[in-house]
Amino acid sequence: MLAFIIRRLLQSVLVMLTVALVSFGLFRYIGDPIQNMVGQEATVADREQLRQSLGLNDPVPIQFARFVANAARGEFGISYRMARPVTDVIMERLPATLELAIISGTGALVFGIALGVYTALRRDGWLSHAIMSLSLIGVSLPTFLIGILLIYLFAVELQVLPAFGRGETVRIGWWTTGLLTESGLKSLIMPAITLGLYQLTLIMRLVRAEMLEVLRTDYIKFARARGLSNRAVHFSHALKNTLLPVITIAGLQIGSIIAFAIITETVFQWPGVGLLFITAVQFVDIPIMAAYLVLIALIFVVINMIVDLLYFAVDPRLRVQRSGRGQ
Amino acid sequence: MKMSRLAIALAFASSTLVAGVAGAETLRWSSAGDSLTMDPHAQNEGPTHVLSHQVYDTLVFRDQDMKLQPRLATEWKITEDDPTVWEFKLREGVKYHNGNPFTADDVVFSIMRAKHENADMKGLLTTVVEVSKVDDYTVRMKTDGPNPLLPNNLTNLFMMDQEWSEANNVTVPQNFKAGEETHAVRNANGTGPFRLVSRDPDVRTELVRNDEYWGRDQFPMEVTRIIHTPIRSAATRAAALLSGEIDFLLDPPVQDLERLNNAAGLVVRSAPENRTIFLGMQMGLPELRTSDVKGKNPFADKRVREALNIAINRDAINRVVMRGQSVPAGIVMAPFVDGYSAEIDIVPEVDVDRAKALLAEAGYPNGFTVNLACPNDRYINDEAICQAVTGMFGQIGVRARLDARSRSIHFAELQRGELDFYMLGWGVPTMDSHYVFHYLFETRTDKGGSWNHTGYSNPEADALIDAMTREIDPVKRAEMVAQVWNLVQDDIVYLPIHHQMLNWAMKDNIDFPVQSENYPYFKLLKYKK
Repeated sequence: MLAFIIRRLLQSVLVMLTVALVSFGLFRYIGDPIQNMVGQEATVADREQLRQSLGLNDPVPIQFARFVANAARGEFGISYRMARPVTDVIMERLPATLELAIISGTGALVFGIALGVYTALRRDGWLSHAIMSLSLIGVSLPTFLIGILLIYLFAVELQVLPAFGRGETVRIGWWTTGLLTESGLKSLIMPAITLGLYQLTLIMRLVRAEMLEVLRTDYIKFARARGLSNRAVHFSHALKNTLLPVITIAGLQIGSIIAFAIITETVFQWPGVGLLFITAVQFVDIPIMAAYLVLIALIFVVINMIVDLLYFAVDPRLRVQRSGRGQ
Repeated sequence: MKMSRLAIALAFASSTLVAGVAGAETLRWSSAGDSLTMDPHAQNEGPTHVLSHQVYDTLVFRDQDMKLQPRLATEWKITEDDPTVWEFKLREGVKYHNGNPFTADDVVFSIMRAKHENADMKGLLTTVVEVSKVDDYTVRMKTDGPNPLLPNNLTNLFMMDQEWSEANNVTVPQNFKAGEETHAVRNANGTGPFRLVSRDPDVRTELVRNDEYWGRDQFPMEVTRIIHTPIRSAATRAAALLSGEIDFLLDPPVQDLERLNNAAGLVVRSAPENRTIFLGMQMGLPELRTSDVKGKNPFADKRVREALNIAINRDAINRVVMRGQSVPAGIVMAPFVDGYSAEIDIVPEVDVDRAKALLAEAGYPNGFTVNLACPNDRYINDEAICQAVTGMFGQIGVRARLDARSRSIHFAELQRGELDFYMLGWGVPTMDSHYVFHYLFETRTDKGGSWNHTGYSNPEADALIDAMTREIDPVKRAEMVAQVWNLVQDDIVYLPIHHQMLNWAMKDNIDFPVQSENYPYFKLLKYKK
């Protein structure tokens, strides 16, 4: 077990370094930050001086080494655009993104499983058919379009929900939350739906397919033969066994919810790290971009590790196999 | 639909009613970008100046008619005994938001701070060699030669409090290398019409009216509280105005203008913007890098440049691409800038046959290929304009390959001189032709021509451009300006396309004409009663 964790940790470090290297290679093609940092009156010499002082003239390997050395100490430098330390800015924005991701992820999981079970059990009901058809929208419509449609309907036409922003927030230590105010909760509804809809339909379809599969297996037949109630068969035998693949998918999807919140955050002007990143890309704010990509890589790595460990705990067969391979 | 329209109308009616009674007006407004910093000398950039103009004051400013008006300076003149010295009389009894008095020491301090190497504003003060205090309310600025236009360069130079800056250790602007946030990035102590209450960059900035303002009775000052929320997504920005969540939108999306103007309770106001869009051609190289013509440079031949100039159908671009939101242009300078005259801003007649004949005469009967580089996120409909002109050039046989890209890439390549054929837009903060000549037409050297990426070099024009900086006699100077315009117009250095229009969208109870520099001075905003 311990050896497994250590090996995974080492792999994680390698993954992080690779992400940092790839993103660093990409920055060269995004453009020149100097252009955005000085006014049109700046002379050629002024521009060159700024470039020199930011270390942009150094060869990429040296810039990379400097970045890794600083990042290892938790220092990501100062944002070119906002003139503030990158760590401060990201920590300020992270609560907004995490809150949105957790709410929409939880919603997707709860509703996804519930609807998946329902449509599997009532396979031919009209409601199931309606849900299945509607779920196509979630899979096929791009996120920004769903967002715009929601805004048009609920903000412009009905005027019941705010079109942008996070509403009023309450500060608890370094964390800011919108969950404690009415405007904060109202602001959360549309972004959460927009962000979670794809995940919801994905989980729903997965649960439905797995459930149908499991319901055909022998042990369900035996369970029925034993005279167990439908409820016991469906929920304590069938559902339990469908959940393993759902854990994998849900785990990975939490990562992508955080990473792909970029689009939802842009549409709703949600003040999270995704919006910060997209603004940074346009400005070529290299310190913010680098820190963001490393952060996202870290989140993915951690989630993957937790999922692996969950497997380890949940499925006894895995434990046997791994230790069987000899450490 | 009908119900909601009614609801909107009712909501507006009740909100105006309530507001009218209470007399406390909160203005909620939005724009795509936020100010980069509260440090008024660190960045020379539009959205940053917009916020600074509410909190800080400058010595002089431009009103809604683009006329220079007194602000913290009440009078300014060139001293009689020395034509290189400007004297400014300062407003008396002005106080900073923290109660400190505004004096000549603050002016000297602020100008020197803005000249510091970390300050992006230094570019506008290169001619200033010395700033000195005569008495508490008189300041003199000495320039390296006679500079009749110095006050034009001061419209975005904000006055900071020396004492506050020293107490908070912000006597010099932010240095990016230092890696630390200075106090002035998110805090401010100005003399301006509004005080900064809270600032969450990119999210929310709140200001309240400064009731001690020196111009409290001089300006309407009807807005008591300002809340700015930047919204990046254009569709969301328009939706926020339509849903009544904001009152004023600085940059409504062009495709939504009609809809916003037709919506109940909203109005879009327009004015010509201080920015002209044009194409530049690299005519200085012996051979273009992206053309199939080898051994010579087609752009070096004036007949080719003229052919391209009369191939562009500017009216079609105005109608189809810009939906009427532009003024077709014949020169690369906005109409209200000094030195402009309608006689030189003549939009070339489209003449495809003559263009083809000119190309044949120049030795390119079958045209040629070249890459046209355009930004796709900098100017209004920039990429669409380039697509349109690419088609128009195709009609005369010039096969331009469009390369549209983000501005961070476009301007970096332009600065490195890597582009043969490019789009550029130019505004004139000093409101004088010299600014255009100095950056766009002067031969590119260490001293000038920093945006002249055409390789154009005309010694006669250079001599005039240099001489006009020292000419104090306005009549003689105007003649020199006109001469340079004639020279460069005759040489067809750029292919002007149009002057951009500015649009501000707002609730229709707001009476607020568009200012052509795109600076909303909220102290001037009035509500219709």
